[in-house]
Amino acid sequence: MEDALVYIVLAAGFGLFMAWGIGANDVANAMATSIGSRAITIKQALLIAAVFEFGGAVLAGGEVTSTIRKGMVDSTFLIDKPEILIFGMLSALLAAGLWLLIASMKGWPVSTTHSIVGAIIGFAIVGIGPDSVKWTMVGSIVASWVVSPLVAGILAYVIFSSVRWLILSRTNPLERAKRFVPFYIFLTVFMLSLVTMFKGLKHVGLEISTAECYLIALGLGAFIGVCGKLFINRIQPDPQAEKEFHFATVERVFAILMVVTASGMAFAHGSNDVANAIGPVAAVISVANSGVVGQESAVSIWILLLGGMGIVVGLATYGRRVIAMVGRRITDLTPSRGFAAELAAATTIVVASGTGIPISTTHTLVGAILGVGMARGIAAINLSVVRRIFLSWVITIPAGAVLSIIFFFMLSATLG
Amino acid sequence: MGNYVSKVFGASPAIPLQEHGNTCYQAAKELITLFEHVVADNWDKVEESRGKIVHLENEADELKKEIRSHLPKSLFMPVSREDILNLLLVQDRIANKARHVSGLVLGRRMRIPEPLQKDFIAFTSRNIDAAKKARKSIRELDELFETGFRGAEAELVISLVEELDAIENDTDEMQAQLRTKLFGIEKDLPPVDVMFLYRVIELVGEIGDVAERIGRRLELLLSH
Repeated sequence: MEDALVYIVLAAGFGLFMAWGIGANDVANAMATSIGSRAITIKQALLIAAVFEFGGAVLAGGEVTSTIRKGMVDSTFLIDKPEILIFGMLSALLAAGLWLLIASMKGWPVSTTHSIVGAIIGFAIVGIGPDSVKWTMVGSIVASWVVSPLVAGILAYVIFSSVRWLILSRTNPLERAKRFVPFYIFLTVFMLSLVTMFKGLKHVGLEISTAECYLIALGLGAFIGVCGKLFINRIQPDPQAEKEFHFATVERVFAILMVVTASGMAFAHGSNDVANAIGPVAAVISVANSGVVGQESAVSIWILLLGGMGIVVGLATYGRRVIAMVGRRITDLTPSRGFAAELAAATTIVVASGTGIPISTTHTLVGAILGVGMARGIAAINLSVVRRIFLSWVITIPAGAVLSIIFFFMLSATLG
Repeated sequence: MGNYVSKVFGASPAIPLQEHGNTCYQAAKELITLFEHVVADNWDKVEESRGKIVHLENEADELKKEIRSHLPKSLFMPVSREDILNLLLVQDRIANKARHVSGLVLGRRMRIPEPLQKDFIAFTSRNIDAAKKARKSIRELDELFETGFRGAEAELVISLVEELDAIENDTDEMQAQLRTKLFGIEKDLPPVDVMFLYRVIELVGEIGDVAERIGRRLELLLSH
């Protein structure tokens, strides 16, 4: 294909730009509960985010990447004109990236997923025709935007209720926390690694049998659980901060758990959101390389690596400031709550990522926070902010669509 | 900036409520010092005490306003917003009573008749004990939020409220005895002074009543 290199370089550039934006801004939302509960320092949060966002993008981002790449637009319409798909995906990237940039400067709560899905639908309708959109797939993606916060909310409710029943409402919460928190650590690691191995690893080229998956997940969970237990055993009550039931120390036990769930959350965010940024890149590269639309090929690993790198650069350049600001803003969140919200959200997201459905990590996390709130776990939730966040996609989808249509015409005119 | 998830979390009312509770208690506690100076006939010191009480009461008012302004209707909390606001209002009345009593005593240069003095100070202290126990119960609020208002911590607060009720019972009995004593000597005293003495006894007794009502409000929070 002519100009293949130009298209690939452009796509990689735009994809990096969007991944950078996610690292700069969106990661702060995913990490908000960890940093807000003071369980980890800003430096630790940055390190966890960098390592696990990258890991999530590379190890578990494949399915979502391929949904974005070829799941929403029927490419049989484009057999003779592969350029249209290239221009479309490039404009979708530009549109979503630009919209995210505007929104984050204005402080609007928008989701990367909503922007990119809106942008792809937009160019497909105008550039190819409404019939080319796989509406059933789009329908299930939109349905997942309602279902995922709900599922995360219910999970969080159950998780936090179990914490209260097992630990917080007892007369010896410190002993019980030391006993039960390692199991929560085990559960977190087990769930996340299991889903990742089931669904994500085939993109990395690893084939593992179901039994092996369970064994590895069990082993990994047990290993991290035991490590956590060793850290927990070193925690001694601080007589200065104590009242009757040692809750200040109990929370320090939960803070260890929080390090694990924060990693899980970063991993989940990487698997879902980075894939949003690099799905279109993958689409452009596969068409530009082969000159044919719709050829089956796996998402190549270097594209996933590219996304992971973009996010880490975003974190390092700008994200650290946003994350530091989150730390200053949230004052009343304790690790026993934050972990419940994160475990619920991360599980939901990783499962969705595994099945290839791009969901909004922010919405899922807010759903989980509400779930903890329903279980009487959070002192005060700002419902007006919650409403604004949930309603934001109503504007984000048309905005992404309109922007991508504009870019599509501009690119077609200049490159085509 | 895009960190809107952090804006989802509102400010917990627990710690500010505890601070407000402490300020109100400090105002009430100053009454003991004030009456000791009255008994010692040291009016400069009485005025000083009164100044402290007024200052603390103003501070409590400021805290009250601030807490209120941080509790918008759109807040979702594990306890009802109304219950929290009612608790705040009841608690605020401890400081109001202290200010009222101190104003009356200083304004009229009231003297406490010799035979009543010991009982009167004891009665005041017992009412302040009730206020102190109320403060202790309120101090468990952050722990109540921590445990989701259930379990062992909730039971601890219920037992504190029971102790508070017992103290309030004491104050009622002491109040009755004090009035009987005053009745016994009232014909030897200037009638207007006697009227106001009855009034001050009543007002001091109300501190215990208000403290007891704080306990009732806490029980309401737990009963959800």
